[in-house]
Amino acid sequence: MNVSLKIKSVQLPGILLSGSIFIFVLMAMSALLLYSPHVDLTQIWADPYYRHITQFSFYQALLSTLLSVVFAIPISHALFRRQFWGKALLLKLFTTTLVLPVLVAVFGLLAIYGNSGLFASLFSYFDSKLPFSIFGLNGILLAHVFFNLPFACRLFLQALSAIPEKQHQLASQLGMKHWYKFRYVEWPYIAGQLPHIAGLIFMLCFTSFATVMALGGGPKSTTIELAIYQAIKFDFDLQTGALLALWQICLCATLAFFIQKISSPTQLKSSYNASINTYHHDSWYSKCWDFFWIIVVTILVIPPLLMVVLSGLNQQLLSVLTAPTFWLALKNSLLIATCAAISAVICAFFILLASRQWRLVGLNHRADKIEMLATVILVTPGLVISTGLFLLLRDIGHLSELAFYIVVAVNALMALPFVLKSLTVPMLQNAQKYERLCTSLGISGFNRFYWIEWKALKRPILQALCLSFVLSIGDLSAIALFGSHTFNTLPLYLFQLLGSYQMQSAAVVALVLLLLSVGVFIIIEQVFKETTTSLDRAEHD
Amino acid sequence: MKNKLTVLISLATLFATPVMATSPVKEKLTVYTYGSFASEWGPGPKIEANFEKVCNCDLEFVALDDGVSVLNRLRLEGKNSQADVILGLDDSLITTAKNTGLLSKHNIDLSPLSLKSQEKWSDDTFVPFDYGYFSFIYNSEKLKNPPTSLKELVEQRDDINIIYQDPRTSTPGLGLMLWMKSVYGDEVNGAWQKLAKKTVTVTKGWSEAYNMFLEGEADMVLSYTTSPAYHIIAEGKKQYVAANFSEGHYTQTEVAAIVKGSKNKALATTFMNFMLSEGFQSEIATGNWMYPVTDIALPAQFSELTVPVKSLSFSSEIVAQKRSAWTKEWLIALTE
Amino acid sequence: MINFSQVKYHYQQQNFEFDLQVEQGSLVAILGPSGAGKSTLLNLLAGFIAPMQGDIAINGNSVLSAAPHQRPISILFQDNNLFTHLTAYQNIGLGLHPGLKLDAQQKQLIQTMSEHVEVDKLLDRLPDQLSGGQQQRVALARCFVQKKPILLLDEPFSALDPVLRVAMLERVSALAKQQNVTVLMVTHHISDALAVASHFVFIDQGNASAVERIEQLTRSHPNQHLAQFMSAEVNK
Repeated sequence: MNVSLKIKSVQLPGILLSGSIFIFVLMAMSALLLYSPHVDLTQIWADPYYRHITQFSFYQALLSTLLSVVFAIPISHALFRRQFWGKALLLKLFTTTLVLPVLVAVFGLLAIYGNSGLFASLFSYFDSKLPFSIFGLNGILLAHVFFNLPFACRLFLQALSAIPEKQHQLASQLGMKHWYKFRYVEWPYIAGQLPHIAGLIFMLCFTSFATVMALGGGPKSTTIELAIYQAIKFDFDLQTGALLALWQICLCATLAFFIQKISSPTQLKSSYNASINTYHHDSWYSKCWDFFWIIVVTILVIPPLLMVVLSGLNQQLLSVLTAPTFWLALKNSLLIATCAAISAVICAFFILLASRQWRLVGLNHRADKIEMLATVILVTPGLVISTGLFLLLRDIGHLSELAFYIVVAVNALMALPFVLKSLTVPMLQNAQKYERLCTSLGISGFNRFYWIEWKALKRPILQALCLSFVLSIGDLSAIALFGSHTFNTLPLYLFQLLGSYQMQSAAVVALVLLLLSVGVFIIIEQVFKETTTSLDRAEHD
Repeated sequence: MKNKLTVLISLATLFATPVMATSPVKEKLTVYTYGSFASEWGPGPKIEANFEKVCNCDLEFVALDDGVSVLNRLRLEGKNSQADVILGLDDSLITTAKNTGLLSKHNIDLSPLSLKSQEKWSDDTFVPFDYGYFSFIYNSEKLKNPPTSLKELVEQRDDINIIYQDPRTSTPGLGLMLWMKSVYGDEVNGAWQKLAKKTVTVTKGWSEAYNMFLEGEADMVLSYTTSPAYHIIAEGKKQYVAANFSEGHYTQTEVAAIVKGSKNKALATTFMNFMLSEGFQSEIATGNWMYPVTDIALPAQFSELTVPVKSLSFSSEIVAQKRSAWTKEWLIALTE
Repeated sequence: MINFSQVKYHYQQQNFEFDLQVEQGSLVAILGPSGAGKSTLLNLLAGFIAPMQGDIAINGNSVLSAAPHQRPISILFQDNNLFTHLTAYQNIGLGLHPGLKLDAQQKQLIQTMSEHVEVDKLLDRLPDQLSGGQQQRVALARCFVQKKPILLLDEPFSALDPVLRVAMLERVSALAKQQNVTVLMVTHHISDALAVASHFVFIDQGNASAVERIEQLTRSHPNQHLAQFMSAEVNK
């Protein structure tokens, strides 16, 4: 037993890394708290406004989660059973909505449901006004559903595809119809994932920032995360910012604890296998039911994205693309996202090297803990970290010199939880398969990395790289305090354009961001295809 | 590959050397200001050119979102700030800014000043560079009977909808908050709630609100009495008018100060003096669309503008003391 | 010669104790019911786990402080013997250098050994493009290029059909004799042991204390448990 307790040298960098990430977050937080000495906790909790936003954060997150999860069940069920033209593309789009830069999606939604959007012009054609306003709770819910419903669908679809083929055959043999099969065969698989998925979506909505900022429409609809931003950015009230951040972390931690209690551990299943099950009893009714839901989700997801493309192709296109501000923002965005993505993947790799060794010998709790340490950032606002970090470093250098590195570091941290999530299973599986073989052949260090990890995991590693790249390129919170008109990123530029109501130029920037986010996945996919085939050919002596 | 690189490097040095030889390193003055001041359509570029003609230096504007951001950037950077001068705070922020201890006293000759909105400027740290009066702007072709007082707008006119700015993020928004407070005093809570019913949206900044108004999304928008001058002079349009309220209008004076940690204090002082000279003040009326602070001649069209009967203002000490409480008051009134 | 002296190990509420000697050049079948500790014995010898007490020595030298790859041992697992993303050739090559830096002599060795196990025409293929038997032959080739004096087989052929399985075992046995390699093989099948082994060890509830000659593996063995195991297995 004491063999497994010993920490292997390969685990050291990971343990140190995740420890220092945790300390780093703590230090940044305390830098804010200690910025000036009079901290009054009670003032915040006694404040009716902060009570209101706490309630509102819960309320909107609860509604967003309910809408996303409840509708995702029939939709994913329909997608699971039906084959149709464009299904693969639709599913690909589903994976992008969650990482799409928030402002881009918001822009697309505004172009349809906004005061001067598609619907509004339709209504004004019939001489009436839009019966709803996208600003406030409506818009927040709409955007959250847009981001999270497809995400939930993907996850449920994954759960459904874990049903063994034999169970479908058995259900068919027993003559189980639509509802019964759902109730007794499919529902248990969905229910197993339900608390986990709902919890994750709740957390994402609870800490929502850019969506609420863009669509909240005033102080009435404000989340804690946004109040943190306002306290720091507008009032330079760092303590209030830090205290609210602590408050949010406490709430999220309590929540995460309860979710952990009621949910079963996540399955180590990596990808959706597109097995076509043809064993169901079909009827006109169930055909209509399924396609109704498929049409609903298509209408939700496709038009906003399409509108981003269409409204981006306007007469401002040329003038934006020739403006030096745009190119500067693009350059900064690309540079920041690339550096952040690479750092996030390297960190995740080392942390997983440490955690998977523990998983191999059954110390799952310890592995969970080290991964959790590196995930604290998920509930810590990026602005709090970047501000705290700058306060710690401001004696070493000027803001203009440090801002870039701080934004890269915070973006990398914010992408880390997602990279960890996507690499945990492949890294563990690789170790489960090859750990003993590698030790018996003495393959270690760089050889192990190059020949075993990199060559086998090239695809998930590159995908994780893409994921963190796209997350970083759309981020608005880390740079929020450091941006100026000379140090800009694309989302910040978009935000400034929207803020001065330059809608056409904003549309162009939104289009560019959309193309970057979707394009990077496509490019990597292509590059991957080519390299695998050519590498395998080239490496024969 | 390596050869190409060497060629490139030697080419680069070839081009760089003569430039460096002819111009000895100029002193650089860094001024933090808000975006629209430094933008190509604002007064910044012309002022920069005018100043560089006389100072033999390099003036650099660092453009931030708004006046509040300028102050907060300075607070964030602390003693290690790169700014020599901050320009674009308004008078209500003066005390808060001084309390940071990051600004240095000026010794500028204030005699050229002639602010019609104020008794006499005597602040030892901040120097004003322009001023204006907040006001609601309307399109006179659409709105035939504008309200004649703030109370009329708030309490009686349910046919009008308005757009204004968030007092936490925008100086006009803060101005409206102080305006409301000076008119309503302790009863401001009910007034905010009445105003909320006719509010289309509360925007983060001035430009968003003003552009939405121009697109026809509201009947009135919070801006300045000088805003119509832009439409008259630059566009030849006369339909945009500032409503004249009988209670008087809240005043905004925009100010600048020298940063304590500045390594170019002499140059900063030169700039502050320049700020009260023609090279700067002549660009204010038609660049920043505000009133200049000296006796410089105004464009003829400014005579067509609404001039408030009375100007309202709180001392910056009171604002510094009460701002967060009053903001909270506004927040709570709007969330109830 | 391999020597387990008073080796004790504890795992999941089960105690293991091994005390036995294996002669150089022998082919020892390790028998016993599921969970008796067959793989534990191999893992201790290979170095994947360390004993809590006792010593394991090869040719008189303790190997306890040596990492798995430093021990004079090559090993063939039940599955996952090949890296699925590398070709057969690369998989064999990794037995010679962990970073695949191979000299001409080593390349020649890979060629020869793959001819021995009849995979020389398949060297460009990825494991997915090979049958189960071919995959294990590639892995076997890697074991033999390593030129280690001891070979451990952890049921590598159990997924193959009986005829193929015995053919594979005979091939291993022949190669082992030719290269003077000592083989320890875990097996479920008495018939395998009888077909190729020279000796056997019976692991009885975590304990093993003797290596006996294969001729003594009969239903009339004095050990009651072994006799029962024999009847049950033969009847299957």
